[in-house]
Amino acid sequence: MPTRRRAALILAALLLLALASFWAALMAGSVPVAATDVLAALLGESTGAADIVLQLRLPRALAGFACGALLALAGALMQVLLRNPLADPYVLGISGGAGVGAMFALLFGLPLIAVDGLAFTGALAAMLLVFGLAHGDGSWTQTRLLLTGVIVAAGCGALVALMLSVAEEHRLRGMLFWLMGDLGQGTAWWPAMLALGVALVVALPFARELNLLARGLLQAQALGVAVDRLRYAIYLLASLATAISVTTAGSIGFVGLVVPHLVRLAIGNDQRLLLPASALAGGALLVLADTLARTVIAPQQLPVGVLTALIGVPLFLFLLSRQPR
Amino acid sequence: MTGPLLEARRLRVDIGGMTLVEGLDLAVAAGERVAILGRNGAGKSTLLTTLAGLRRPAAGNLLLGGSDAASLSPRLAALRRAWLGQFQNDPFGSTVLETALTGRHPHLGRWDWESPRDAELARGALAAVGLAGLESRPVHTLSGGERQRLAIAALLTQASPLYLLDEPLAHLDLNHQMAVLELFAGAARDCGAGVIMVLHDPALAHRFCDRALLLHGDGQVEVGAVDALLTAERLSRLYGHTLHEIDDRGRRCFVPK
Repeated sequence: MPTRRRAALILAALLLLALASFWAALMAGSVPVAATDVLAALLGESTGAADIVLQLRLPRALAGFACGALLALAGALMQVLLRNPLADPYVLGISGGAGVGAMFALLFGLPLIAVDGLAFTGALAAMLLVFGLAHGDGSWTQTRLLLTGVIVAAGCGALVALMLSVAEEHRLRGMLFWLMGDLGQGTAWWPAMLALGVALVVALPFARELNLLARGLLQAQALGVAVDRLRYAIYLLASLATAISVTTAGSIGFVGLVVPHLVRLAIGNDQRLLLPASALAGGALLVLADTLARTVIAPQQLPVGVLTALIGVPLFLFLLSRQPR
Repeated sequence: MTGPLLEARRLRVDIGGMTLVEGLDLAVAAGERVAILGRNGAGKSTLLTTLAGLRRPAAGNLLLGGSDAASLSPRLAALRRAWLGQFQNDPFGSTVLETALTGRHPHLGRWDWESPRDAELARGALAAVGLAGLESRPVHTLSGGERQRLAIAALLTQASPLYLLDEPLAHLDLNHQMAVLELFAGAARDCGAGVIMVLHDPALAHRFCDRALLLHGDGQVEVGAVDALLTAERLSRLYGHTLHEIDDRGRRCFVPK
């Protein structure tokens, strides 16, 4: 029996987890900062570590949290939209489109603003292309949408591979880091955070309708859901959330696929709880992963996408194996 | 409500360029039970989804509770009729109680959560289909027949005055077939519910329905009282196979030759 009280308790616990992840992100790094110094810096006292905490680590943690949350939210929405547990935010070619844009900018050594701009443009172009093609005959079925998305993604993958193979040696590292997902690019954190707020405000009122949508289109319609409108809205919302995350941090894999499943295994499939819980868990996971990425072989940095997979895979397999069949 | 629960006027149903139903006039009043019979592919399910307002008719009008179904919001429509589909699937899994509670959706506001009263209604519906005690079971551990009865329980929690049932007896063994038919007969008799159901057994249609709708698949439709319509001769023509009628104290049985 789903109740508000249970949802509030679970969300409060996840909020604590998210705060803990921030705490770790602010303390750890190539220059460790003591907890008291972090607190002092946050309270506005100028200590020696204040710059590191406020200028470097906090913006990066905020960006990481927002991107992880957006990806997890988009993944949960895509899984309902396609009624397919294997769906993730990238399955419909959004990251492919963004990748083509970003690789193009990086290939010619354009400045950061152009990388971001072209990545976002590429993501939007892929989104409109998939929508246009899948909607072509008006049927707009899950299968058609999925097939169109997968093919567009494959096409984008080929273009990315082409650009990688003709790129100059010294640009390759930056391109690879972008493709694996990297929070060290210095992109502003607030667009992603703003998008997260908007996405949650838009999605949550429809959460119970999403529960029904997951059970079938006609079923949902018979129970009083305006199915077509809802599906357009989710597609748009999930795509934009993905596009903003990818623009901010590159295509960080795995968060969008695994976090909704992790949360589902732990607390069930009620979207009213699943959507905000996925956002919190996804954000916390990405902040922790990025902290590790900065510290394991400091001062060298790893792309965070590698870490999300390395943390997420065993965690997921563990939860899956203890699930009673 | 005093008028008919459902009214179809000069309804035409097409699929893939073929006309399945042409010029259907049908009014279903409170307490009435109608059986839809026809061969595979004759368009029984398509007609039923059209009557539920889930699919636009190619021509003609459909009224649900007196208002045009095309202009009725999905939520208002859900308060006037409940529809049981042929396939239940759930790619993400949920519990039996959660599934039964889905029927409460049209009764809840956007921010409402299911109340204890909703849960009580759902438990009552589960008990009515013989699933009491299975509330916390994951749906994918149920058998086909149990899932079918769960779908019927969800339908009951929707508490609408009109039921449209697509093969409600699918996957059910004999005792549950009778229980489900008795359940809807009771709803029609005691609560004045209207019932339209797609059935495969003309004998059960004769026993549990007032009227029959024979769908020939070429646009031709016959509607009439079961006594007049469900005869060996007519049904032999409908199914394209000779049937014999056996009379068992007022109950008709049809045996294929």
